[in-house]
Amino acid sequence: MMRLSDKDKAMLEGRHGPAPAFAMSILVKMAEVYGATELMDISQAHIDSTIYLGDATLEFAETLASLGAKVAVPTSLNVSGVDECGWKDWAVKPEWAAKAARQMLAYEKMGTIPTWTCAPYQTKSRPVFGQQIAWGESNAIAFANSVIGARTERYPDLLDICCAITGRVPASGLHLTENRAGQLLLRLIDVPVALQRDPQFFAVLGHLVGTLADADIPVIDGIVVTPAEDELKAFSAAVASSGRVALFHMIGVTPEAPTLGAAFQGRAPERAIDITTADLRAARTALTTADGRELDMVILGSPHFSLAEFAQLAPLVAGRRAHPRVKFLITSSRLMKEDAARAGVLAPIVDFGAQITLDTCILASPMLPPEVRTLMTNSAKYAYYAPSLLNTRVTFGSLDDCVQSAIEGRVVRDERVWNA
Amino acid sequence: MERVIAGRAVVAGEAEGEALVTRDALSFWGGYDFESGEIIDRHHPLAGVRAAGRILAVPFSKGSSTTTAVLLEAVRAGTAPAAIITTGPDSFFALASIVAELMYARSFPVVALDAEDFALLQTGERLSITRSGEIRRA
Repeated sequence: MMRLSDKDKAMLEGRHGPAPAFAMSILVKMAEVYGATELMDISQAHIDSTIYLGDATLEFAETLASLGAKVAVPTSLNVSGVDECGWKDWAVKPEWAAKAARQMLAYEKMGTIPTWTCAPYQTKSRPVFGQQIAWGESNAIAFANSVIGARTERYPDLLDICCAITGRVPASGLHLTENRAGQLLLRLIDVPVALQRDPQFFAVLGHLVGTLADADIPVIDGIVVTPAEDELKAFSAAVASSGRVALFHMIGVTPEAPTLGAAFQGRAPERAIDITTADLRAARTALTTADGRELDMVILGSPHFSLAEFAQLAPLVAGRRAHPRVKFLITSSRLMKEDAARAGVLAPIVDFGAQITLDTCILASPMLPPEVRTLMTNSAKYAYYAPSLLNTRVTFGSLDDCVQSAIEGRVVRDERVWNA
Repeated sequence: MERVIAGRAVVAGEAEGEALVTRDALSFWGGYDFESGEIIDRHHPLAGVRAAGRILAVPFSKGSSTTTAVLLEAVRAGTAPAAIITTGPDSFFALASIVAELMYARSFPVVALDAEDFALLQTGERLSITRSGEIRRA
C-alpha cells in the first residue's frame, strides 16, 4: 500500500499545477512497479529523455513543456539528437535537426542546466558521496553509483524527468543501503599488472563483467593498479552496454568497497566466477567486428571526451596530420570543448585534422554518411552499439592505436601486452 | 504441460499472440528498430527476428536507459510487441506501457514470472494473457 506525503498528494491532485500532476501520476504507478511503499526526496537529477528518437519522444517533451513543467531540483541534461551548430557538415536531415532542436528547447524551458553531456559527473553537476539523485543514462548511472557513491536507481528515459519535476523518487532499489550490497564475486586470477596498466584494460573488463553479471551487483576483486577517472568512466560505459549493471564495486578502488566484507555488507556472495587473462583476451576480441583491412573513421568520446582526455590526446597528435582518407571525430560537449580550448589543448587536435561534434554523438544523431562503414575507437560503448545501430564494423584499440591508425590510414594496433 | 501460469501483472492488460522467447537480456536502444519492429542487436540471438505483435518473453532489459523511449516510439508506430513477459518486474518495459497509456491510450501488458515458470515458455506457442497476470498456453 502506497503512503504518500501531503505534498505528494497535493501534486497528484493537481494543486501544484498540471505538470507535477502528470509527473506524479507516472511516479506513483512506477513506485508500485518498484515495490516501494513511499516516495523520498532527491536533490539532483540528470535527464536522458533529451535523446530525440522520433515523434513520441518529442510529443512527450512538448506535452510536459506545454503543461508548464519546471524541475524542482538542479537538473543536468544528457546528449541531444543534434549538434545545433555542426549538423550541416554531416548527413543529418533538416527535418531531424529541426525536431531534435525542438526537443532540446522543450527540456531547456523546464529550468534545467544545459550540460548536453552523457558524462555529467565531469561537469559542475557532479554529485557527492551518499547524495540521493535520479539519473538516467546507463553509463552515468553506473559511474555515479559506483565511482562516486551517490545513490540512484537505474532510471529509464521518461521517468528521470518525472523525478526532476516532483523532486521525488520511489524509496526503493539502489537508494537504500541494504540493496547496494554485492551479489556476484568476480575474482581476477593471475591477471598481470602489465595488462591491468594497459589503457584498454578497464573498458575490456567492463565489457566482460557486463556479460557475466546478469541482474546482479558485481564485485571485482584483484585490481592492483589505480585506475584514472576516465578508465572508470570507460568501465562504467562498457559494463552498462553489454549488461544491465547500475552499481559495481571494485575492491580497493570504489568508495563502498574498501574490503570484500564492506562490498558484500558482511553477507556471502550469491555466486562467484573467476576471470582469467584468456577471458579478457576473448572479451577484447569480441569488441572488434571489422577485419582490419579498411578504416574510414576514428571515433573517440563515448562517454563524451573529457578535459583530461583532450589533454592526453594533444601531445600524441601535435605536429602530425591525420591521413586524408580517414576522418577523425571526437564527440564531446560544448562546455568541455570550451575548457579544452582554454587549457590550450584543443589547437593541436584541430590542426591534426580532427573534427569535433558537440552535445550529441554518432549513436544519438544520424550524422554519419553512408560511405563511413568501418570505424576504429577506444570506446567499448561505441564498439558495442555501432554495428547494430549504424550498420558499421568496428576495430577496438587504445588511444595510441587510434592516433597511429589515423596517421597511417590503416588499422595498426600494438598488441604485445595482450599477446604476452 | 502447464496450461496456466500465474504471473504478476506489472502492468495489467489483455493480449494474445505467438510467443517469442529468449533467455538473453535485451536493450531496445541499439537493439530494436521501431520502424520495422525487428530486433537488431547483433550480439543477441534474436537479431533479425521481428517481434512486433508477438508476445516477447525476455528475462530483463539491459543497457541503455533509452530502451523505454524506443518502446514508446514502437507503440506509437504500431510495431511494439503485443505484451512483454519478464522474470523480475522490469521498470523499463513497465514505464513504456504506462506512458503509452497516458499519451496514446494504448498500453500493453507486462507480466513478471518466476524464473522456473519463465523457463517453461517456448517460441512459437500461442499465449493469452489476462488482466490478473495469468498466462494461458494453447
